[in-house]
Amino acid sequence: MVRFFGIIVGLGFVSALIFSIIGSLPFEAAEHSAVEEFHQEPRSLALASDGAFGKFDRQQLQRGLQVYSEVCSACHSLRLVSFRDIAALGYNEGQVKAFAAAQEVPSIDPDTGEPATRPGLPKDYFPSPYPNDVAARAANNNALPPDLSLITKAREGGAPYIYSLLTGYRKVPANLPEENRPGTGLHYNPYFANLNLAMAPPLTSEGQVTYGPGNPKPTVDQMAKDVSAFLVWTAEPKLENRLAVGWGALGFLLIFTVLTYLSYRQIWAGKKEH
Amino acid sequence: MSFPWAEEYKPKSGFTQWIDERLPLPRLVYGAIGAGYPVPRNLNYFWNFGVLAGVALTIQIVTGIVLAMHYAANAGIAFDSVEHIMRDVNSGWMLRYMHMNGASFFFIVVYIHMFRGLYYGSYKAPREMVWLLGVVIFLLMMATAFMGYVLPWGQMSFWGAQVITGFFSAIPIVGEPIRQLLLGGFAPDNAALNRFFSLHYLLPFVIAGVIILHIWALHIPGSNNPTGVEVKSESDTVPFHPYYTAKDGFGLGVFLIAFVIMAFFLPNFMGHPDNYIPANPLSTPAHIVPEWYFLPFYAILKAFTGNFLWIDAKLWGVIAMFGSILILFFLPWLDNSPVRSAKYRPTYRMFFWVLIVDVLILGWLGQAHPSNWTILASQICTAYYFAHFLIIVPILSRIETTLPMPNSITEAVLSGEADEAHPVGVSATNPAHPEPAKA
Amino acid sequence: MTAPAPNAGIESPHDDGVTEDGVRRRDFLNIAAVSFAGVGAVAVVFPLVNQMNPSADVLAEASIDVDISAIERGQSIKTSWRKQPIFIRNLTDKEMAEANAVPLSELRDPQTLAERTKPGKENWLITLGVCTHLGCIPLGAAEGEDKGAYGGYFCPCHGSAYDTAARIRKGPAPTNLVVPEYRFDTDTKITIG
Repeated sequence: MVRFFGIIVGLGFVSALIFSIIGSLPFEAAEHSAVEEFHQEPRSLALASDGAFGKFDRQQLQRGLQVYSEVCSACHSLRLVSFRDIAALGYNEGQVKAFAAAQEVPSIDPDTGEPATRPGLPKDYFPSPYPNDVAARAANNNALPPDLSLITKAREGGAPYIYSLLTGYRKVPANLPEENRPGTGLHYNPYFANLNLAMAPPLTSEGQVTYGPGNPKPTVDQMAKDVSAFLVWTAEPKLENRLAVGWGALGFLLIFTVLTYLSYRQIWAGKKEH
Repeated sequence: MSFPWAEEYKPKSGFTQWIDERLPLPRLVYGAIGAGYPVPRNLNYFWNFGVLAGVALTIQIVTGIVLAMHYAANAGIAFDSVEHIMRDVNSGWMLRYMHMNGASFFFIVVYIHMFRGLYYGSYKAPREMVWLLGVVIFLLMMATAFMGYVLPWGQMSFWGAQVITGFFSAIPIVGEPIRQLLLGGFAPDNAALNRFFSLHYLLPFVIAGVIILHIWALHIPGSNNPTGVEVKSESDTVPFHPYYTAKDGFGLGVFLIAFVIMAFFLPNFMGHPDNYIPANPLSTPAHIVPEWYFLPFYAILKAFTGNFLWIDAKLWGVIAMFGSILILFFLPWLDNSPVRSAKYRPTYRMFFWVLIVDVLILGWLGQAHPSNWTILASQICTAYYFAHFLIIVPILSRIETTLPMPNSITEAVLSGEADEAHPVGVSATNPAHPEPAKA
Repeated sequence: MTAPAPNAGIESPHDDGVTEDGVRRRDFLNIAAVSFAGVGAVAVVFPLVNQMNPSADVLAEASIDVDISAIERGQSIKTSWRKQPIFIRNLTDKEMAEANAVPLSELRDPQTLAERTKPGKENWLITLGVCTHLGCIPLGAAEGEDKGAYGGYFCPCHGSAYDTAARIRKGPAPTNLVVPEYRFDTDTKITIG
């Protein structure tokens, strides 16, 4: 009885599907979209934090912080990162306090109650360049510069994508179809999903940021790498802990599994199971 | 347990005797997972997955409870509270990644457990109730996982909730009011988030309760085994402790190695980057996909593109998606074959593997960018899925010629025939020569 | 139902088939495996309990810097530290003399003013603004508030009166207002906590 009804219901579903298939049969030729043709996959970027043995290159992270502070922070917030967090980049307490104090964070005028700013304390978070999203859009041709705290985890391609994007601005190719050309306020960048992005090239010339002695030259490529490495850290400050605990747990479990396997074989010794 | 040769519980100390006389928990445990529970001696590693599912649930509950100490279920701060856990809470990053990957591992383990049931006929009499309770557990898991994924309030959280609750509006007349009742609003927002958090905390304990019923129902007839031949005598079985506690311990080690590798070295591999973007109701992601364990059902949903028989395509999709799980409830009655294990059902075994491939392809299609070819493939694969359970298996169970079965488990084990009970066909330890029967 | 074949080819479930040596070997392995699991379980419990300890953002607020340059002699301010009120008072010479004149035997919680302040800076009295009776915030730190019978602080809830060194003199409070851990970074800046 159940099988009889089962077969009926089954035939119902199958018919609905065959109907759908027939309905959609006149296939259009596969569109070869211009975006697919011109879009490029991210270039590879090797960072010290890559892989199962990754470690942060703190010197590079400090340079990246510098690039963020001097270039990116004009438009992009970093609101999940606190000033005290940058101690992990190798700064001591005094340097953290000085860095924080050099930033202005939102506060209230104690006398009038009006919105004001005050020098930052280590417990404060990186301030946003704009008071809210509406102001951010108004200042950027209706585009909203995303917060960068998690950007390397929030984009397919991660840090290599960010690096490729920053260094990927190109002249518009001659054979690019009209509808894919950048409109006003947009810039051609083949690494971006639809080829044209609202952000103007932020890193344009060597020496835009001055690195201290003992650092590589601040070429556009180097600055892009450094800020990408920094953004990997902002997205995952606990990366090194994670890998260390992972190896510890794995080592423990390998021994544990061997012990349990031997125990299992001992207990079953002589007992045919298959 | 109802085998007559099962060991009787004898308290080993005055303390356990005192407890047992007042609350027979020691003898319950002894009879359920101790030396007092006889289990077929020929179980293969596919029988480890039930206990691993229990371990996965325990991991989820423990990590979930500690995460709930720091999570804030309010749409304005939920995303930030999760980042607070990742950055500031002591070991918070570890708890979060374990909970996130634990959900995936729970589904991996349960899917293997279910497919073991399909292959070896564990759903057949007298274990129908075990199977039915199992499908109930699966549905509860899906609800729990769906609501859990909404909690971080990322882009996929929000839009996944939008899509899934949108299913209800496909139901004619009452659909939209039901949707608004479930959401507490017109779109996923604070009301929905708060109730999802409450239910997400609750359902795992409901799952735990159903699992107790599931194990209880199993322990009435006892476990199935790779031959599908019922236990007939003492030589067919071994006591659960220490034989299967040891084997489960080893299985646990292997499971934990896989889990640690994912949770610590590839924690975001099974996730979607868009969920690291805070939810924005005004911006739809380019590519809304559910978590991987829902992908085959998502493909089935999207496969129906034509309005057919007064039911529009969207409603067909929803009916089919839920239907694809509901037909599992009827499996013990759809499949009437007197032979349990696919080991002795060569035709059924072939279709079983086709089903596996079909489900894997559906999974891939669930996340594929839609094109004419992917839609056609989804339609064919969905048709096969329903045909398999509703047409093929019922007919096959009537007309199939099965292979001769061993008379007992003991016979199968000693004559080495059980080498082939391993579903891949050839035992790793004994590729060519079965053990000769002992004189 | 077939009867089990009555011969030695079938092992009974109770036949261990191991030698004395084998039994010891198996026990050792089992014990080793179970103890290893136990060690693992303890290692797992640690983060599960430790996550309840204060998180990094809470610890970041564990100490504060206060600029005291604006507080004149005789003035006091209220501020907040670890979510609790702090009274910072710049004592006048008269208030200090009053405090030093009190014999210790008269005090419920005997402490000198010097014990409650830093050497060379006895005019700076920094205490928690929490009555040690049941936790209300005493009056006296703000301009115009009742300083109570002893010229220090007065708790309106149950009438505890503190003197110019914030020591309990009258009322139900058992001890003096708590002096938190603090230090002078410069003459005008202190760090509390």
